[in-house]
Amino acid sequence: MKFRDTIVSIITRFMLPFITLFGLYLIVHVHLSPGGGFSGGTVVGAGFVLLSLTYGISMQERKFSHRTSTLIESGGALIYIILGISAFIYGQPFLSNLPIFPAGTPGRLFSGGFIALLNIAIGVKVASTIVALFDSLGGEDLH
Amino acid sequence: MKHLIAIVLLVTLGFGIYSVVMDMPTFGDPENPGNKLSQTEIVNRAVEETGSQNVVSSIITDYRAFDTLLETTVLFAAIAGIFATLIDNNRESGDVKDEV
Repeated sequence: MKFRDTIVSIITRFMLPFITLFGLYLIVHVHLSPGGGFSGGTVVGAGFVLLSLTYGISMQERKFSHRTSTLIESGGALIYIILGISAFIYGQPFLSNLPIFPAGTPGRLFSGGFIALLNIAIGVKVASTIVALFDSLGGEDLH
Repeated sequence: MKHLIAIVLLVTLGFGIYSVVMDMPTFGDPENPGNKLSQTEIVNRAVEETGSQNVVSSIITDYRAFDTLLETTVLFAAIAGIFATLIDNNRESGDVKDEV
């Protein structure tokens, strides 16, 4: 991609850290404020899509390659299932939360058992899904 | 022979589904958990049962965690379908420019 607009590239360079930070905030603070893995993962993935729209897909390939995104895409669901299965060790049903994971004080960052962990898995998966979809539909050959 | 195996599998699966459906509570019964459990009760219980302040996320990833797991599987199925239809695995990376 040879075309490069000065305004778009400077604004992207300025905004991209905030977009990614906002997405991570939505994912990590899921048990305290509105947000969640799906919405936060979409924001993080949209940040990477903006990067590849502005600087070309080769720049995005350097930051977050197609191979990495497909690997993480499969790994997110695996983390989710492993967190669910870990309840079996304590003799609890699949995906049971509080007896196994510490509850903490409601309202603090480290609380809510595995809700934040599950949402991190979902968010990573959604973000890499969006990046992988954009890469495969983007038209430039990456293989 | 193939048809026989398919019929046996389908009958076994159908019997399993049938027995599960027969064990389900009656439709529209006021004693069902879905009808008896009020929304305010869930809101009151959610914080102490899950330790999460956000009731929406405690419902999505605690009470309905299995549903969310299959939701992420839908994403996986979508991307698997895209990769299966759009990406040509037989093509080598170096050969692309030579063909064009």
